[in-house]
Amino acid sequence: MKAATNTFTLAARVLHWLMAAMILAMLFIGVGMVASVSARHEWLLAIHKPLGIAILILAVVRLAVRLRHPPPPLPADLPVLQKLAALASHWLLYFLMLAMPLIGWAMLSAGGYPVMLGASLRLPPIFPTSPVAFAVLRHLHTGFAMLLFLTFLAHMGAALYHGLIRRDGVLSSMTGRR
Amino acid sequence: MYDPVPPDSPARRIGAWALIAAAVGVAAVAFGYVGGWLAPQRLTPDKLIDQFQDNAGTFAGYRRNHAKGVCVTGYFDSNGRAQAYSTAQVFAPGRTPVVGRFAIPGSNPYAPDSSVPIRSMALRFALANGQQWRTGMNSMPVFPVATPQAFFAQLQAQRPDPATGKPDPTKLAAFFAAHPETAAFRAWAKTAKPSASFATESYWSLNAFVFVDASGKRQPVRWRMTPEATDGDAGSTGGADYLAADLAERLTQGPLRWHLQVTLANPGDPTNDATKTWPDDRRTIDAGTLVLERTEPQDSGPCRDINYDPLILPAGIAASDDPLLPARSAAYADSYLRRTSEEAHLPGSAAPSAETKR
Repeated sequence: MKAATNTFTLAARVLHWLMAAMILAMLFIGVGMVASVSARHEWLLAIHKPLGIAILILAVVRLAVRLRHPPPPLPADLPVLQKLAALASHWLLYFLMLAMPLIGWAMLSAGGYPVMLGASLRLPPIFPTSPVAFAVLRHLHTGFAMLLFLTFLAHMGAALYHGLIRRDGVLSSMTGRR
Repeated sequence: MYDPVPPDSPARRIGAWALIAAAVGVAAVAFGYVGGWLAPQRLTPDKLIDQFQDNAGTFAGYRRNHAKGVCVTGYFDSNGRAQAYSTAQVFAPGRTPVVGRFAIPGSNPYAPDSSVPIRSMALRFALANGQQWRTGMNSMPVFPVATPQAFFAQLQAQRPDPATGKPDPTKLAAFFAAHPETAAFRAWAKTAKPSASFATESYWSLNAFVFVDASGKRQPVRWRMTPEATDGDAGSTGGADYLAADLAERLTQGPLRWHLQVTLANPGDPTNDATKTWPDDRRTIDAGTLVLERTEPQDSGPCRDINYDPLILPAGIAASDDPLLPARSAAYADSYLRRTSEEAHLPGSAAPSAETKR
């Protein structure tokens, strides 16, 4: 049997799975568009910017939900190292989902580009125009994207390990099924 | 709490581990494929820009093509006539500030002005509503090729032979034989002479775009800037950098003017083929006057840090289906990242010495 505290709140679960799909799509869109010279480049870029801002907004909401509703505790018998890894990787994920859209926005601002989310919706710049800052932020955007993808792989692998090997209720605390 | 799970059979455990490894592996491979690392055949912006560097060397801090140029500033004075076709604020009557750049094609910022017959004009219109219109135009009515793949093949064919320092004529001949769409450009190039001035040239958008009016109606267009100055003659007036000197000299006499001529396509005119002009009888409207007042060197002028990406467009102007447009956008972005990284002295970027051959 399962107490209510053993699952994430409904809001947390909805946010998790919605954002999982968005962030994973975003990572593929990002690496795909910069490696393409075809029409794909253009329409992926058109999705990339508004999707990034949507992720930023949801990440703020999610952080608030997380701080308000602490997650269910990890299994008591989980080795300390794994507990530490779980804690660190989750805060890394929170950091990256907030930092990536902000860096993208700042990078376009530094490059002197208008930050267009659609044909006419424009965000104000959040960084002064500077080619040096553009280059640094642009490389940071790629570097953090790679880190985010690797963290996602570890996160997915760990979730499946909990669900298939340990079967300790960690995976079902997010799927909501037991 | 959960009841303890009974121990699994070794076979089941191996199966579970295999499933986890497969999930992680499939995700990683898919990422590698989409990102191009596992798709070496795909033409990427990186490959295009690498080819420019292979052909001419790496000149740190400079654009990888149209490397030699000068900044200009002024404004566009719209007469309102294009408003019927596009909601872009730049076409409302009145002035829009412009930061532009004249250049010659090629990756060498020290190339003599007489080395190529083509001149280019790039403009960034800063609209009052914060949107921008960027355009890069060339002084010829057609582009040699229609696709990024053909452009890449052309760059490869133009790679200088290490023995002679010049492109291999047999490779060039083979390229042109395989690409009959280059005929119109080659016919133009046969008679074209390097002009003595930027001021007397017309500059064509080459690619088609789409104007969008207030009701959402889409009108395919091309544009060109036609000069008021017509006293140009072909041929050098001496030295390697006569274009910048001529421009500065002319601007001391007063501003230089061009007219923005917008040609409206008829239904069925190709919008995806920059090697073909549209018939001469297509309706053309004069949308206003470009007035250029000042010039500055590109090393210190306001155009230096602008990427003249032709897909930075305001509401009211959209991209056409021309496959060269996204390729230009993607390749310019790569060039911009390389030169700004060099500006920032980031590790891995080319050292900002005068000239570095790869």
